[in-house]
Amino acid sequence: MSHVLEIKNITKKFGDFTAVELVSFNVEDGGFFSILGGSGCGKTTLLRVIAGFEKETEGELLIRGESMKGIPPEKRAVNIVFQNLALFPMMNVQKNVAFGLQRQKLPAKEVNTRVTEMLERVGLVGFEKKKVDDLSGGQRQRVAIARSLVLRPSILLLDEPLGALDRKLREHMKVELKILQKEIGTTFIYITHDQSEALVMSDKVAVMNEGRFEQLDTPKNLYKNPKTSFVAGFVGESNEFDVLSYADGKLTTKNGCNLVKPDLDFQPKKLFMRPEAFILNPSEGLHDIERMDMKIKAILFDGSNTKICAIINQSNDEVLISLPQNAQFEDLQEGDDLKVGIHRDDLKCYQD
Amino acid sequence: MKKRSGTFYLLMVPVLLWLVVLIVIPHLDMFFRSFRFENDDGLMVFSLNNYLSFFEDKIYWLTFVQTALYSIGVTFLAFVVTFPVAFYLTKVIAKKYSSFMVLLLLIPIWIGELVTIYGWMILLSDNGVINNFLIQIGLINTPIEMLYTNFSMTIGLLYMSMLFMIVPMMSALESLDDSLIEAASDLGASKWTIFRQIIIPYTTPGIASGGIIVFMLVIGDYVAPNILGGKSSLWFTEQIYNKFLATFNWNEGAAFGFLLLLLSSSIIWLALKLTGQKLEKVGS
Repeated sequence: MSHVLEIKNITKKFGDFTAVELVSFNVEDGGFFSILGGSGCGKTTLLRVIAGFEKETEGELLIRGESMKGIPPEKRAVNIVFQNLALFPMMNVQKNVAFGLQRQKLPAKEVNTRVTEMLERVGLVGFEKKKVDDLSGGQRQRVAIARSLVLRPSILLLDEPLGALDRKLREHMKVELKILQKEIGTTFIYITHDQSEALVMSDKVAVMNEGRFEQLDTPKNLYKNPKTSFVAGFVGESNEFDVLSYADGKLTTKNGCNLVKPDLDFQPKKLFMRPEAFILNPSEGLHDIERMDMKIKAILFDGSNTKICAIINQSNDEVLISLPQNAQFEDLQEGDDLKVGIHRDDLKCYQD
Repeated sequence: MKKRSGTFYLLMVPVLLWLVVLIVIPHLDMFFRSFRFENDDGLMVFSLNNYLSFFEDKIYWLTFVQTALYSIGVTFLAFVVTFPVAFYLTKVIAKKYSSFMVLLLLIPIWIGELVTIYGWMILLSDNGVINNFLIQIGLINTPIEMLYTNFSMTIGLLYMSMLFMIVPMMSALESLDDSLIEAASDLGASKWTIFRQIIIPYTTPGIASGGIIVFMLVIGDYVAPNILGGKSSLWFTEQIYNKFLATFNWNEGAAFGFLLLLLSSSIIWLALKLTGQKLEKVGS
């Protein structure tokens, strides 16, 4: 596949502050690419550099092989859906969507056909004459996306567009966006701090921290094999422990929990265990399992997402354990003793 | 209907007093006065003569039209001059500096119109600051006549009214999200298109309410046309003033006053219609 966007060693500084530092990546044509990171990690700055609103301090970016140096936002084949959508309140839906096409001086007839086509695609037929202030959150969202997509950009940049929606609608829009992207085939670059949005929708996700990419991977790999402790802690839920010592394949946590983790070629500092990696009452026959005795401190009921908060007897470390099969463990009570196992591969150790 | 408490009526008293005593009664008095006419027998009778006299003398007409045109012109000039200032103060520089700068801009209002107008006289007169400066640098030999012309009158009217344009315009611009401008530019709009299609339509209510204030101040001003204006700078308020205080014809003065009220109201009504604005929206 060809690369629609190539970013080469982009750095963006604001005075002494480095917002984006030496970031390099390529985006494949037609992909759904997400940049995931906490607030202030530089993801929005990076997006604004791609759109042309900020000028990179160093580095180069190419769109379809062409350098974008000195090209203003209005001349780039890139459109952006803003965090607050930035719909024009004094125009109706039709005029909002037509705005970009009219700037290209297209004949009125073609503008109308393309706007109608686009509104059909996002399911807003019949809303042409409505004021944008009279629309619901989801509809406004779709107007904003239609307004950009109607220009047939090479890349659509989305800056946390689902942030302002309520949870139910957000879940719905996640699926809708993914399907829309597949249908249209435009490359989406999606910025978010919500890992679930990034994991559900994307083909590739880059996790960003303090202006750098920590890891760029498929959502599955990101979750299963986080490369750094930041990714392990940021993507998905995890139990985090400080490691006190490691020798001869045995590690000890700060509070004194001993676990066997063979063959590490570095001195680990952090240990992560996913809540769903734990096995309750593991049978004796299982191999490569670390076994622990625990006491249940609390049961955190949350439907299919119910968890147990338990204390490891040996060390007083607290862990969260997922309880996916509620029915099987329904009779668990606070204060119960629990035998828990975890596969040695699921003990994720990091140097930093 | 909801039963109102005693406090509700008590709080309404000042408003009603203001409206009735200070606005309704004087207007009604003037209104009736404007139809009173002393006939040949020295008796006061009901008559349209006060209004008719306006149409009979060409000078009144001329003044009336000139006042209207200059007021519209000054309002437009006020917009042209203050828009870049308002834009700069809200969108370009940091908030902490802009509030200080607005404070500086408002200083002339604290001083009072009369004093600022004398200030302009010092600047504009034949041996004033500007002429002196131009002669000193050798650009001109004889002073340019600026004071006591329509030009100096326009400057005076503009200067004392334009600050009232800045405030509503700034609040309109402040509520304009920068991302709207960025979005327009992202969709391929040039700077001129953004100004015309996004910024102006968005700030129209602010411009309209500022425009109404400026227009009303200008059309009803007396000091600037009287002091800074020349022989040809006829202003309708001067005619009204003359009726009341020079010829002591209060009845005709009242009629002229109502004509001015009618003129300003209809121009504002027309302007709102043309720009598609609603008075309630502009007023808020």
